[in-house]
Amino acid sequence: MAVDVAGRSQGLPDYLNHRAAYSGILSWVLSTDHKRIGVMYLVSQLTFFLVGVALGFVMRLEMLTPGPTVISNPAVYNAIFTVHGVIMIFLFVIPGLIASFGNFFLPIMIGAKDVAFPFLNLLSWWLFMIGAFVAIASLFTGGLPDTGWTFYVPYSIQTNTNTTLALFGVFILGFSSILTGLNFVTTVHQMRAPGMRWGRMPLFVWAIYATSWIQILATPILGITLLLVMLERVLGIGVFDPARGGDPVLYQHLFWIYSHPAVYIMILPAMGAISEIIPTFARRTIFGYKFIAGSSLAIALFGSLVWAHHMFTAGIGERAAVIFSLLTFLVAVPSAIKVFNWVSTLYRGSIELRPPMLFALAFIFLFSIGGFTGLMQGALALDIHLHDTYFVVAHFHYVMFGGTGFALFGALHYWFPKMFGRMYNEKIATIAWALMFVGFNVLYFTMLLMGWLGMPRRYYDYLPQYQTWHVVATVGSWILIAGVLLMVGNLLVALKRGEKAPDNPWGGVTPEWSTTSPPPLENFEKAPTFSGGPYDFPTEVAR
Amino acid sequence: MSQTATPGAGGQAVLREAEHHFDYTGRKLGMWLFLFTELLLFGGLFIAYAIYRHVNFADFHVAAKDLDLVLGTINTVILLTSSLTMALSITAMQKGNRKLAVWLVVLTVLCGLAFLFIKYFEWTAKISHGIYPASPELMKLPPGEVRFFGLYYAMTGLHGLHVLIGMILLIVMAVVIARKPSRVHSFRPDDADETMAGARPAIVDGDGKPLWKGGIIDENVEQVSVVVRLKPGPHTIQPSDYVSLENAGLYWHLVDIIWIFLFPLFYLIT
Repeated sequence: MAVDVAGRSQGLPDYLNHRAAYSGILSWVLSTDHKRIGVMYLVSQLTFFLVGVALGFVMRLEMLTPGPTVISNPAVYNAIFTVHGVIMIFLFVIPGLIASFGNFFLPIMIGAKDVAFPFLNLLSWWLFMIGAFVAIASLFTGGLPDTGWTFYVPYSIQTNTNTTLALFGVFILGFSSILTGLNFVTTVHQMRAPGMRWGRMPLFVWAIYATSWIQILATPILGITLLLVMLERVLGIGVFDPARGGDPVLYQHLFWIYSHPAVYIMILPAMGAISEIIPTFARRTIFGYKFIAGSSLAIALFGSLVWAHHMFTAGIGERAAVIFSLLTFLVAVPSAIKVFNWVSTLYRGSIELRPPMLFALAFIFLFSIGGFTGLMQGALALDIHLHDTYFVVAHFHYVMFGGTGFALFGALHYWFPKMFGRMYNEKIATIAWALMFVGFNVLYFTMLLMGWLGMPRRYYDYLPQYQTWHVVATVGSWILIAGVLLMVGNLLVALKRGEKAPDNPWGGVTPEWSTTSPPPLENFEKAPTFSGGPYDFPTEVAR
Repeated sequence: MSQTATPGAGGQAVLREAEHHFDYTGRKLGMWLFLFTELLLFGGLFIAYAIYRHVNFADFHVAAKDLDLVLGTINTVILLTSSLTMALSITAMQKGNRKLAVWLVVLTVLCGLAFLFIKYFEWTAKISHGIYPASPELMKLPPGEVRFFGLYYAMTGLHGLHVLIGMILLIVMAVVIARKPSRVHSFRPDDADETMAGARPAIVDGDGKPLWKGGIIDENVEQVSVVVRLKPGPHTIQPSDYVSLENAGLYWHLVDIIWIFLFPLFYLIT
């Protein structure tokens, strides 16, 4: 893409050193600069992620041997998988790449100075932190939480733990998500710089745009559902509680009407980031730009119509089950379109295997496994066998951790020099990637097999025949965690002592690479204008 | 060099304009997106209503007879009237009649208050008859009626909360419009610093009679500029003056239209 930033002179201070109205920590938590807000999201999310990883580590350790291993009270085990789920889902992958990298790069990529509603953007971050605080506080007051992250009724109505507060926390988080989505849709519609037509937007922007629509349209359903559970617990209105005439399956419907589209909130921006990384490191224009952009919208649409595939064993009608199974198979088509396009982009490209690219390639591999195992569960007969086993857990981690997680780390390695103006040690980053990739597969592929053999999820104890598998999986978790820690450490060191990064370390052509690293307060020194396609590499590089 | 500095006397209009980056369409688009989320929030409840009414058709029919049709109708009329005053207020503002706009907003808020007042009496009457969620009285009724009243309290309760939020929003809007200093224009004559030294600024009317006189511009004065505050009037009103009121109005109409659906679904199905 040709970006014209007339009269650029490297004169402005970058956003990290800009003189703000406040100093110190206040210059961050009161800033309406989308870049600072993006960084704040990133830091908070990664912190929550590490807490979630620690809980996962304890869980795997407990499963090393049958019977009690490190936890003597099974209720504590229930609490740990609940907290692990709540933190990882609501505080890490749902804000995912959209809140952090979306905030930072969406305005830059369309040549805008900021988002459409900067103050609302800051409010979203505050709501996110308040919601996180309430949700976490609920876990440490009034007994150990034990509902799992799905808050299924009637148990979530009957349990004596502090579920009402946890629900309220998630309700607030939903508000944050809605406001971010609303802000981004308006930004894409109204703030594009001259020449930035719809067909010239980088694919990450398309992904963020589609995701924002899901956030706007799906999150309110979760809001009202959780509100009803709260009312049920406090007043007993009898909408979900079978003892008062309510229908618990209705809860499952309403919950998944949000929570299935929510997995696309998690994965779509990840796919967007992969669509940025691959052309840059293959030195080739993306294959099938229109199809990748369109498939984001198609996923957003079809993904909203498949929720009942979570309920095949919950007693829904046979005809409904068949229809939802069919729709589930259909939603795989746009995902596959993306995978084929990425692979076609690689074909005859001059591929450079640097850390962001390694993460992107790992994403394609892991996401494909996650996608195929998802289809297996979408098949009605097979789902009866696989439902509520480790197979489901492993599938979900392949998609969410192998997919969104690896894409987020790839995006982090891709945009780190732009965001902070520093380079990291690429050798250590590669070693960390390798450890994570190996550890991930040892852990979760083993869990796929265990689930196939019938190991149920969420169980504190198991039959001795599964022990070998459990030992392998637990060792895998150690390798994986070693990789995560090495990666985080490497980036933290780079933040302090990394070499100064050039403006365009990878030779990318999308708009963010035409400004300084880190960018100035208003992103470009002069308002930019755009011409040409988003992934037009200079011909001498392409060959 | 005359001793007057009148607006527009060769200076550049610059700086401090709130509407400098003002995006009317963007503000409206953001509000409409927010209204979508509100519709979907209530949508979840309407789905629950649809399913339970389908399952318990007869029970809903019986339970609805317990609601007070007269009070429900009065409330419907009140809310519809409030939507009218709201729309009139926006039109008044668009024509630059701020005073009328403020009064119409106040009238709208009063309608909201009357609505909540009546709703309060409806609820307390029900509760005093022992009909409230999980009450022993209610639990004796068939499950369909329990569901009806559960939904009744949840849906009218959430709607009432929205009326309350809408009223707070409108009170804020009334204060904002009433105090509106609106746009501030700043003019700075190009050669002010050299030529105006030692002069005394004044504002004069059409006949040259001074309306106001300032102090001498001596070496203590660092900068000479003219700042004009424009209150929105029939000729100076701009979209940035009324877009917030329009958005608050959109919210109020949403609250109204949700009631338009709640009223027949709960009161008129007998």
